[in-house]
Amino acid sequence: MGRDVLLIEDEPNIIEAIRFILARDGWHVQTHSDGKNAFEAVRDKQPDVVILDVMLPGRSGFEILRDIRGDDAISGMPVLMLTAKGQSKDREIAENLGVSRFMTKPFSNTDVLAAVRDLVAQ
Amino acid sequence: MSRGALTGTRIRERRMMIRMRQSELARAVGISASYLNLIEHNKRRIGGKLLVDIAKTLSVDASALTEGAEVALLDGLRQVVAAQTDAPQEALQVEGFADRFPAWAQILVERQERVQELERLVEMLSDRLTHDPFLSSALHEVLSTVTAIRSTADILADTTDLDRDWQMRFHRNLRDDSHRLAEGAQALVTYLDDGAEGAQEKTLPQDEVDAFLRRHDYHLAELEGQAGTPEALIEGAAELESPHARELALRALGQYQADAAHLPRADLIDAITENGLDPGVISARFGVDIMTVFRRIASLGEEDIGLTPGLVMCDGSGTLTVRKPVAGFELPRYGAACPLWPLYAALTHPMTPIAAVVEQSGRPPQRFQTYAICRPRLGGAFSDPPIFEGAMLILPATSDSAEPVLPIGTSCRICSQDNCAARREPSILADVSGVGGNAL
Repeated sequence: MGRDVLLIEDEPNIIEAIRFILARDGWHVQTHSDGKNAFEAVRDKQPDVVILDVMLPGRSGFEILRDIRGDDAISGMPVLMLTAKGQSKDREIAENLGVSRFMTKPFSNTDVLAAVRDLVAQ
Repeated sequence: MSRGALTGTRIRERRMMIRMRQSELARAVGISASYLNLIEHNKRRIGGKLLVDIAKTLSVDASALTEGAEVALLDGLRQVVAAQTDAPQEALQVEGFADRFPAWAQILVERQERVQELERLVEMLSDRLTHDPFLSSALHEVLSTVTAIRSTADILADTTDLDRDWQMRFHRNLRDDSHRLAEGAQALVTYLDDGAEGAQEKTLPQDEVDAFLRRHDYHLAELEGQAGTPEALIEGAAELESPHARELALRALGQYQADAAHLPRADLIDAITENGLDPGVISARFGVDIMTVFRRIASLGEEDIGLTPGLVMCDGSGTLTVRKPVAGFELPRYGAACPLWPLYAALTHPMTPIAAVVEQSGRPPQRFQTYAICRPRLGGAFSDPPIFEGAMLILPATSDSAEPVLPIGTSCRICSQDNCAARREPSILADVSGVGGNAL
């Protein structure tokens, strides 16, 4: 079972907190804070799980998710989506695009950790 | 001046009698033209210093404007009854009630006005919560900061063997984030504290253009001939803060000048005075495009033709691109309007003129004659996809019109129409049934 996580998030202190809790659990965490080249980063790094924020500078998380699902090489990659917009509309969009798990901010560290473990175990 | 008329009506009659523009009177007494418009249509109560100032500017005694206040009271009571669905028969005897309990009647009318005022505020704030880009972004910022604080605080509390470097780092993050949260929350509170006034603030380029046009009462005398230019007019306009707003304004003003050249203002007023206000007749008489006629009529005011016309235009998606308000006909500030508007019926039948008398639900009964049409606009090559645009001219109508009346709303979220097949979401103002929508 792989232990590589790519965290795509633009909020530095959220990045630091998530990286800390995952690293302590034995995960190798790489980060990317810009929406513009995020899809290329996913394809290059081939992580076991992607944690993807919805609102990113340059490109939205929805667009990045759509590209991931449309690329045969990585279309099955587990994606955990994070958003501060908890509206059912956003959840619906994410589900239609094939998100693996959807969490709204503010979330707990335990929930994020449990979600990442689940997604890799599936 | 008709005996028994309401104060606002008397003010309007007197102003028109001495041929004073609405904007002139508003400026003279230090209020906005739109507020004066509400007063003149008896949508706002008036008294005290403002009444005295208006009377002085109109060269009449203040009492000449307020006589017949009992009529206003009765009118107010009738509005209370009209707003109450299934009002008992007894409630229709407003004269008897006002006669026996004048103070209670006055309180009731004032409460009703307050309810209407609050409903309008709820509408505006609800619109803002749903569509306001500033609010959406500010809430996102606050939630992101809260998330960072929560995660960091959990790490500090739950990790017993955290080394000193990491502890210091997370403490620093907590301090920075708590400052950010305080600033973000403060900005939000300030924004929301602006209340109804703040709701009128400009948030989008189109809002800036609307504010600019509102200040000019939608009439740009400089562009009626070739003396002025759109560029000169927008130069230094305080409302047009962003480059996008200036670009939009430039386009709108260029259109205004071209329209004015095709259909001169004086000729249009003469034609309306002679033949009435039928846009089809005017279009045929001058040989000009119907959209031009709509826009030209919308640039006229009460002092020109005895009423204030409203205009809405939309693109093919139904998004409103032009909003010229008319008293009593509520326009959604953000988001989609009522799908029952004749504007949208026109959108589905391009090149078919639609005339309909409408009445908005949940308001004091007020009817409007609407004329709507949609047409394709060529944006490039003939084979390019056509771009459709729709327009609806809105004219105040008499409530005793014999024509069938189409009940419409403003937008679903603030509409109290029960059992509406076109409803797409529940109302926040009333417990209504029937959400239509798509059952796919």
